[in-house]
This record gives sequence, C-alpha cells and structure tokens, in this order.
Amino acid sequence: MTDVNIRFPLDLDSPRFSIRKPEVRSDRQGDMTDAERVDRAMQSFMKDFSATTATYMESCIHCGHCADACHFYKVTGDPKYTPIWKLEPFKQAYKREAGPFAFAYRAFNLKPKVTLAELEEWQHLLYDSCTMCGRCTMICPMGIDIATLISQARHGMFNAGLVPHELWAVAERAEREGSPLGATAKVLKDRIEWLADDYEVEIPLDKPQAEVVCTLSSIEIMKYPESIVALAKILNHLGTDWTLRSDGYEATNFGLLSGNAAWQKDMTMKLINAAVAAGARTLVLPECGHAYGALRWQGANIYGKPLPFTVLHISEFLAEQVNSGKLKLKKLDKSVTFHDPCQVSRRGGATQAPRDVLQAMGADLRESRDSGALGWCCGGGGGVVTIHRADELRHAAFDINIRQINATGAEIPVTSCSNCRQTFDDGQAHYQWDKSMNSLLELVADHIAD
Amino acid sequence: MELLEFARGPGLAVSLTVFAIGVAWRIYGILRLGRKPDFSAPRSIQTTAGAWRMILRRMWPHREFYADSAGATFNGYLYHVGWFVAFLAFVPHIAFIERLTGVSWPALPDTVIYVATALAILGLVAALLRRLTDPVLRLLSNFDDYFSWIVTMLPLITGMALIHGGYHDLKQVPPTPYTTPLALHLLSLELLLVWMPFGKLSHAFLVFLSRGTTGAAFARKGAQP
Repeated sequence: MTDVNIRFPLDLDSPRFSIRKPEVRSDRQGDMTDAERVDRAMQSFMKDFSATTATYMESCIHCGHCADACHFYKVTGDPKYTPIWKLEPFKQAYKREAGPFAFAYRAFNLKPKVTLAELEEWQHLLYDSCTMCGRCTMICPMGIDIATLISQARHGMFNAGLVPHELWAVAERAEREGSPLGATAKVLKDRIEWLADDYEVEIPLDKPQAEVVCTLSSIEIMKYPESIVALAKILNHLGTDWTLRSDGYEATNFGLLSGNAAWQKDMTMKLINAAVAAGARTLVLPECGHAYGALRWQGANIYGKPLPFTVLHISEFLAEQVNSGKLKLKKLDKSVTFHDPCQVSRRGGATQAPRDVLQAMGADLRESRDSGALGWCCGGGGGVVTIHRADELRHAAFDINIRQINATGAEIPVTSCSNCRQTFDDGQAHYQWDKSMNSLLELVADHIAD
Repeated sequence: MELLEFARGPGLAVSLTVFAIGVAWRIYGILRLGRKPDFSAPRSIQTTAGAWRMILRRMWPHREFYADSAGATFNGYLYHVGWFVAFLAFVPHIAFIERLTGVSWPALPDTVIYVATALAILGLVAALLRRLTDPVLRLLSNFDDYFSWIVTMLPLITGMALIHGGYHDLKQVPPTPYTTPLALHLLSLELLLVWMPFGKLSHAFLVFLSRGTTGAAFARKGAQP
C-alpha cells in the first residue's frame, strides 16, 4: 500500500454518504519514477490500439454532441466532462505512436508526448466522471463507442499506478479475497446458512454437478441478502437443478472497472471454471450491470474460445421462464417504472427481458421519457460509486434520475442491478427522496403464483 | 505555364494522386492494427445488416437527443447538401467531370445552384460561429477543425466569384475568359482533395467504417443502434 493510505485512510465499510467533503486529489499506487509511470501507460495504450480503436480515434469530427448525452456534463455544464475529451491523452498517444500518420506527428511534434501531469489530471475524467454507461455512443454521429475506449484507457492508468485509491483498494481486495466487499467464500457460507435458517429456504452451495450455476454480486451478499433468498425461492419453485459455488460466486469484476486486465481475467476465469466444473448448461448472472458485460460479452474472449455454457442475466433467465409459461406470477398492483442498467440494456442488448417479466406480473409499466437503450445511468456505474471524492458529482448527476422517475408518476421504481440499487439508495438518502429502488428479482419472488 | 493550365494539368493530377494514396494509406493504417476474434455467443449474426442499420440510423439523432442536437444536425445537412448540390449538379461542373471521366448526368437550373451555394455558405458560417462560441467546441477544436473549414469554404467562395461572369461555350478551352478566377476555383478544389485524407474531412469515408464497426458490434449484442 502507498503513502496515500496514510494520508487518506480508507473507510470502506461506512455508508457511502458519510464523507462530506472528500479532499480532491490525484492518487498514485506503487513506487515508480514519473518516467516509468508514463512509459507503462504508453505500453498499455499501445497494446490496446486495435483496428477498432483506430477507427474510432480517426473518426472524431469534434462536433461535441457527446457532451449532451453525458449526465456529468449535463448537470455541470463543464466542457471538461465532454466524453471524447476524457480520452484526450489516449488519443494523443494514439496519434503520435500508432496512427497512419504517426511518423509525421512525431517528426514535427504535432502531438507532444503524453506527460505524467496530463495523466494525473485525466484520472478524474477517466474514473470519477465516467461510468462507461455508453450513452454518448448513442448520440455520436460517427457511432464512436467512447465507453470501450475509456475502458482501454483505464488499462494504461492502472499500469501506471494512477487509479483513484478507493477503486484501486476494492479491486485489490477483490483480487486478494475474492470479493470487493469482504464477501469471502467463508462469509458467503455463513450468510447462506443464516438465510436458509431464517427464511426456511434451501440454498444449495457447492453441489458438484448442476444444470444451472448461479452467481452473486457482493452488494447482494453484504447489503441485499434477501436477493439470495429471492433467487432460491424462484429456482426451487421451478424445480431447477441449481447451485451456488464457493469457487466461483462473485460476479462483480473490479479488475474490469479499475483497468487491471490480469485481475479481470482472474475474476472471470473463476466463474467460468466453476460452471465448467459443475457441468453447467447455464450460468446465471446476478442483478449486476457490469458483470453482464464482463462475462456475457467478454468472457469467451478471455477464455479464448466459445464458452461451453449459456450466460444469462437474471432478468433474461426470468423472462425465459415467464415467456415459456413455466413461471406464473401474481398481479403486481402498482404502477412501476423500470430503470435500465446500462451494461445490461444499452450495452448488453437485454432491454426487453425485464419488461417481459413486469408484463407477466400485469404491472402498469410507465416508461420514463428516456428509457431502454437511451436511459440515463444511475451515476454510480463503472466503479464511480466507490470513489469518495466523486460523491458530489455523482449526486448531482443522480438528480436526472429523480426528475425522470418522478415525471412518470409511477409508484415504484424497479431495476435489475444491485449497483444501481445501491446508488439509488444513496441518492435517496442524499436528497431525502420519497422513492426507494426495488429489485426485479425480489419482486418476482414475492409474486410467485402457487 | 498559365495558372489555369497548371491547375488543369499537373495540379489536378497531383491532387488526385495525393487524395487516392492518402485515403488508401489512412484506411490501411487503421486496418493494419488488426482485430481479435470475438468468441462470445452472438445474439444475432446479422452483423453486416447491423452495420448498415447504424450507418442509416445515425443520419438523424434519436428522439431523446432532439432538444440538444437537432439544430446542429439540421445545419450540418444544410451545408453538406448545399455543397454537394453545387458540386454535382452545376452545368460547368458536370461538363468538367465529363471531360475527365466521360460520365455525365442532367444538371439542375443555375438558380437552384446559387441558392444551394448560398445555403452552404450560411450553414458553414453558422457552424464556425458555433465552434467559436460554444465552450465544448472551443475546448475540442484544433487546427484541423479550422483549416478543414477554410478548405471546405474556399471552393464555394471562389465559385461564387466566377458566377458574375457566367459560363460560355463549355466545349471551348478555356471555356471562359476569366482564367485566373477559374484557376483559383480549381486550385481550391485541389487543396481540398490534398487535405482530405489527412484531416477531419476524411469523415466522408470514415463514417462508414466507424458507424459500421459499432453497428456490427451492437447487432451482435442485440443492442439498439
């Protein structure tokens, strides 16, 4: 650990809104010279420059539209939050080192070398003020997928030891302990025993073979354990041959969020290996947004070949069950609005699934003005919710969600991502809002028709 | 050598060559970096259709973005359409292209061309004003943005300067007594051709690659374009 820990002691267990005025700072990890940091960032950037990256880097026409899609720009009006601007050092490195005219950029110094000062300044832009929600991709007239590029730029930042410290710390803890929030395999086992006793529900753990392997988010294990009960109730009701596995249960991937590709791989491989060991036909991902992107769309590429099982988000799994008629639900006598988790809906393509499930409950679904693939991020994705110094900005962005949801007149908001839910809980407390976010999974469990 | 002779001969040949090689190099420079195979189970394999869907879909913003971007998008249409109508539907331009390639098509009335040119100029001026005043655009803008603007504007201005002389017998070489203004007009086009592969004007061809890349990826994931 670095001196940052001493200067800014971490308190990871208190409620997120406990720190009123976090000191603005740029964090560093590891003992490296300034030149080494820059070199490591450049080497990492170079590794990520592919034809896809190049296509995007070459295509920006500086139209500035992406700013209008970004919640952080919308609530501050500060041009530095323009999504493509958040990539400036990455773009600079690309143009100078890898683009078709890199030789000219170098020979005439048209793009100067990226400096440590720049990288440190951009730490705030690449981490605190980007949730990688990809709404900017939806407005870009050139179709540039900025979120993908941010994710790549974070690799360089991690290698240079330039990650916001709280995010770095939870990622490191996730790699070391198997969970970013201390939900180790032992904690999980204890929790499951407690939940199974308290709620009188069977929660299978470590069955050697199972058709369906379910995974969890640490946020569920530590903060919303009723989610685990809900999952068990539904799967037991369906008579599914399922299990949780202590060798691969944690679906959040802080390797991905912090920018450590090796840790991302470790975390992904645990899930893959657990499902393979169980001979599973399906791996069900929890109510978590980025877990979906990490395994559903990136998992096979980390594995190096197609996965030998199907990956479903829990909302997709539930939609399959209600659409096939296997799961019958009682009527939900409330008007609802659905908050789309960006990584599942906009960036994952599973926009319809939760709506099918809500429809199966006969819910009065009231879409917000900007919903589905064009919905607004909760503001806490991409690891932002872990970064204390970003709280003020995140809360400001959250106001968009309050306005959008209030305008629907719906009685309850529902989502299918525990990170969104935690961000909503925090936002609710901050603004003393009268609405609490609900879990789709828990609603379904409460409405199983016998 | 008269300036017009240069513009019609070596000037044109060199600019077309630089344009062709430059565009080819830029595309090669992008594609040579390669792509890794995607092993994820696709929700759809209609990725080519997805690429085209995105190419078409992004010709107009999503409803959710109207309030912020419809004005600038409309202005973009104004100068793009105005510029290309003037370029491709004006009698002397068609005659020029026919002399070079043997291909021709019907022209639009001169009045339409003049209106199109005027709208293109107005649109470009509006775009420049926005770039100079909007804090986001001021932050993003660099030499390429302003130089590309000048290079796009010059053919319109030098073309307008020629209009008062009218055009005479198009088969006559040179077809007009105003040889120097005509030479400048042609040179402005050649400057645009030379600059195009290197700056942002290459969005003319990169737009297909960029939208297509995301469109294919999104189709694979079943995401909305």
